[in-house]
Amino acid sequence: MNVPTKYRPWTRGEIAARLARAIPEGWYVNLGIGAPLQVADHVPTDREVIFHSENGVLGMGPAPAPEAINRWLINAGKQYVTLRDGGAYMHHADSFGLIRGGHLDLCVLGAFQVAENGDIANWSISDNDSAPAVGGAMDLAVGARQVWVLMEHQTKSGESRLVRRCTYPLTAVGVVKRVYTNLAVLSVTVDGFAVDEMVEGLTLDALQKVTDAPLRPPQH
Amino acid sequence: MINKIVQTMAEALAGIRDGAVVLLGGFGSIGQPNALIDGLIEHGANNLTIVSNNAGVGRIGLARLLELGRVRKIVCSYPRSVDPVVFEELYRAGKIELEIVPQGTLAERLRAAGAGIPAFFTATAVGTKLAAGKEQREIAGRRYLLEEALAGDVALIEAWEADRWGNLTYRSSARNFNPVMAMAATLTIAQAQHIVDIGALDPEKIATPGIYVSRVLHMPYGEPTVT
Repeated sequence: MNVPTKYRPWTRGEIAARLARAIPEGWYVNLGIGAPLQVADHVPTDREVIFHSENGVLGMGPAPAPEAINRWLINAGKQYVTLRDGGAYMHHADSFGLIRGGHLDLCVLGAFQVAENGDIANWSISDNDSAPAVGGAMDLAVGARQVWVLMEHQTKSGESRLVRRCTYPLTAVGVVKRVYTNLAVLSVTVDGFAVDEMVEGLTLDALQKVTDAPLRPPQH
Repeated sequence: MINKIVQTMAEALAGIRDGAVVLLGGFGSIGQPNALIDGLIEHGANNLTIVSNNAGVGRIGLARLLELGRVRKIVCSYPRSVDPVVFEELYRAGKIELEIVPQGTLAERLRAAGAGIPAFFTATAVGTKLAAGKEQREIAGRRYLLEEALAGDVALIEAWEADRWGNLTYRSSARNFNPVMAMAATLTIAQAQHIVDIGALDPEKIATPGIYVSRVLHMPYGEPTVT
């Protein structure tokens, strides 16, 4: 009989903090809208990481105080942001030129599914979408030098988001290098998902039970 | 003397015909030429193709233009918004054609049109359903899609400052699609918050040189709100 494993999943903030700590100084990073935006709040203050927003902002800073809002300065999620000293504006073709031209070190995306071959599905949940909306996700996924995904390990109904092959419409093929979930940190290798870290108290067997794709033990 | 500044909305929008391809600047409501869009509603042109990053919010501006049945087709990357009610109604009812384009491909197709490049290869959307029907080629070991330039008959854009030659500056992230749309249309119409004398704009800060601009309408409306 199975004894339930005792563990506490990481919170969204804890996942974001774990991911943020792995970003080296000097990297140029785009954070996808939604949960990935939280990563900016967790970069250590003594580390210079430059954030890009695809609507033409490089060197994006945190949300402004209410009395200091610049009404012309928003991020891709249409929230008010600030520009850090050294920041720059550019038009949309240049902004996506730096994405598609391979100049970003990292893009952090949310996802519905990530497959063991690095495929990502994050823009549409059906082929009969009421209003399909892709935004910049496909450009970011193929353009950034690395794509890391931040997402819950399972859907609300308990299905694994780490899959052998994506069943939702693809955003890009074979691009994801690393996945940060509420249960584990995983690398995408030529042999599929390798577990780098797990929440305290969780075993590889227990993690495998809630994961569709086969998992390999930590490689270090 | 060159003077691209016009005094009335009617002069600004003169000559926009039924069936025109109209490029609308802005990312959400920031940098969006709201006055010109309202003017286009009044103007009455029909059967339009609209190229815009988004597909309108609520029942005003672009959403109102859609609701009035003036738009045959919309080309955009992100038709979702906080309140995309009009677009979704029309789309579900099969009353509007949608061409969904990845945002970077959209910007580059516009830029290409303005720069005399008929088509280009990009890795964006390879292996996805948006690649359907597109020519593909492997170059140096990587697969690419051929994407064609996207030109407009008309571009409606918003600027911060303008002079009588049509030189434009923008404010912060309100630049977005405006400069590439200005390049990509036969007739480019800008609304500007400030009109300044020729020579007053720092040439180092002019983001759209007047060669791309046909008409300028002074439209000091104050601060935008995010939608």
